[in-house]
Amino acid sequence: MIGIEHYVTVSAALFVLGVLGIFLNRKNVIVILMAIELILLSVNINLVAFSAFMGDLIGQIFAMMVLTVAAAEAAIGLAILVIYFRSRGTIAVDDAHQMKG
Amino acid sequence: MDYNASFALVRPELLIGISSLVLLLIAAWGEEKSARLVSWLAVAVLFVAGILLVPTLHDGAVGPQTQAFGDLFRADAFAAFAKALIYLAAIGCLIVAPTYFERLRAMRAEYPILVLLATLGMSIMVSASDFLTLYVGLELNSLAAYVMASILRTEGKSAEAGLKYFVLGGLASGILLYGISLLYGFSGGTSFTVVQAALAGDMSTGELFGLVFVLAGLAFKISAVPFHMWTPDVYEGAPTPVTTFFATAPKVAAIALTARVALDVFGSQADAWRQIVIFASLASIIVGALGAIGQQNLKRLLAYSSINNVGFILLGLAVANAAGASAMLVYLAIYVAMSLGSFVALLMLRDDAGNLYETFADVAGLSTTRPLLAWALLMLMFSLAGIPPLLGFWGKVVVFQATVEAGMVALGAIAIAASVIGAFYYIKFVKVMFFDEPAGVVTGKSGAGHWAILGICALLISPLGYLLTPSLGDLADKAATALFPLM
Repeated sequence: MIGIEHYVTVSAALFVLGVLGIFLNRKNVIVILMAIELILLSVNINLVAFSAFMGDLIGQIFAMMVLTVAAAEAAIGLAILVIYFRSRGTIAVDDAHQMKG
Repeated sequence: MDYNASFALVRPELLIGISSLVLLLIAAWGEEKSARLVSWLAVAVLFVAGILLVPTLHDGAVGPQTQAFGDLFRADAFAAFAKALIYLAAIGCLIVAPTYFERLRAMRAEYPILVLLATLGMSIMVSASDFLTLYVGLELNSLAAYVMASILRTEGKSAEAGLKYFVLGGLASGILLYGISLLYGFSGGTSFTVVQAALAGDMSTGELFGLVFVLAGLAFKISAVPFHMWTPDVYEGAPTPVTTFFATAPKVAAIALTARVALDVFGSQADAWRQIVIFASLASIIVGALGAIGQQNLKRLLAYSSINNVGFILLGLAVANAAGASAMLVYLAIYVAMSLGSFVALLMLRDDAGNLYETFADVAGLSTTRPLLAWALLMLMFSLAGIPPLLGFWGKVVVFQATVEAGMVALGAIAIAASVIGAFYYIKFVKVMFFDEPAGVVTGKSGAGHWAILGICALLISPLGYLLTPSLGDLADKAATALFPLM
């Protein structure tokens, strides 16, 4: 039987993977965008699982909102990435050091 | 409460939302030519929205009659105080922007609209009384801010600032959301009242994790240490008018939001979060003071200065009572005036051709080429350092007073000691301007709009500003009372 604790565990694991993906990634920025999506989706699993478990609809409405915002965020992220690539010619994370501190 | 009453409560937001859509149409129609017109219309919209706040602010509105849309939204005196500061700061940033962008041939009508949309997001944020409203407002603000940071599309620095802001802002929202999802699961709702009621007794581990994640996400947004690393880079890379905006309006919104979440929703668990806030506060004060010492770029310097000031504001939050919240709001209002003034002064550091300068080497001997500007910067820097008789001193006094009255003497003492370290680089700035060999590059004239804003900010923080402190204190008290309805 799969209970609420399994969902919460999966979601926590995905969240940690997402955060590690942002900090340990040394290759390119697209991977960071994927990691951010992973974090948002782990939150959605949490929300929907709790919502189903408690028989309360708010969690599912919240998940819809998160999905919508995540789509807008990805669009803006990719747009910024494109102008960054145009001015720099690369999207490697290590090259983002024109300013240091 | 019926829908008409709810709509009456969100009039400022409705006005800003609808006008930004209309202005977007004008911008699409008039293209680049309409940029100035749209800019001034946006200023007018924010001004009118500010006037709509006056009754709420004056009456100190609080209680059920401020709740709109089934308590998703709360238009109380606390929200009105924060909104008034946000609108004023946004107006300042809109007025100084056209000169900067026109010289780079990058003045686009989208810029004032993005400012309006970000302001709308902030307005929703500070009025949120449900985590759903909070999240939507926060993202509306953040998404507009990411675009604003990278609005100079052809400049590598601006694009890099936008990218860094986006990645770390996205991470912060993710952490905040994860905390919200845990709070939802363990307390059974997303409304502030439901979560507050669930937290009233003993806290479960799940709720504790939720609380820590939510506070960590918010700490990112107010750039408190240890989540401050994006601030200097974004402040340096973003175009200066955008930096002016970032250092004022969103900071007010995020701090007001943090205060409402900490004092209202987590109010019964003050002992649990107080240690976190005290740590973040002292760390921000110390890192802000030490980090600024080696900086050559003035925008980076002011970025560290803003981290330092956030530390003092969090000191007022750590007290966790109405007096602390009121002190925090007074400091916040003074901080907005000082910060807006300093960045506008940076925007006036031009040569005859209109090129901007922003390092220590360029302002050397500024007092000989631009005496008035140098004296204004002197006042702003001394006020940021908290040297009497300027108003920055008063802000620090009320915060320390609240801390000491709550019995946290040691905390206040450490903060005072750290603020002495901070005074070093402010005084260094003044020394470079007045006593170094003139570099002679900053000679250009500035427009009336810049002088007006700098003049108003300088007047507010001058000793004359003390005439306003009774009414400012009164408004802050009313706003703080809205957070503590039972007292």
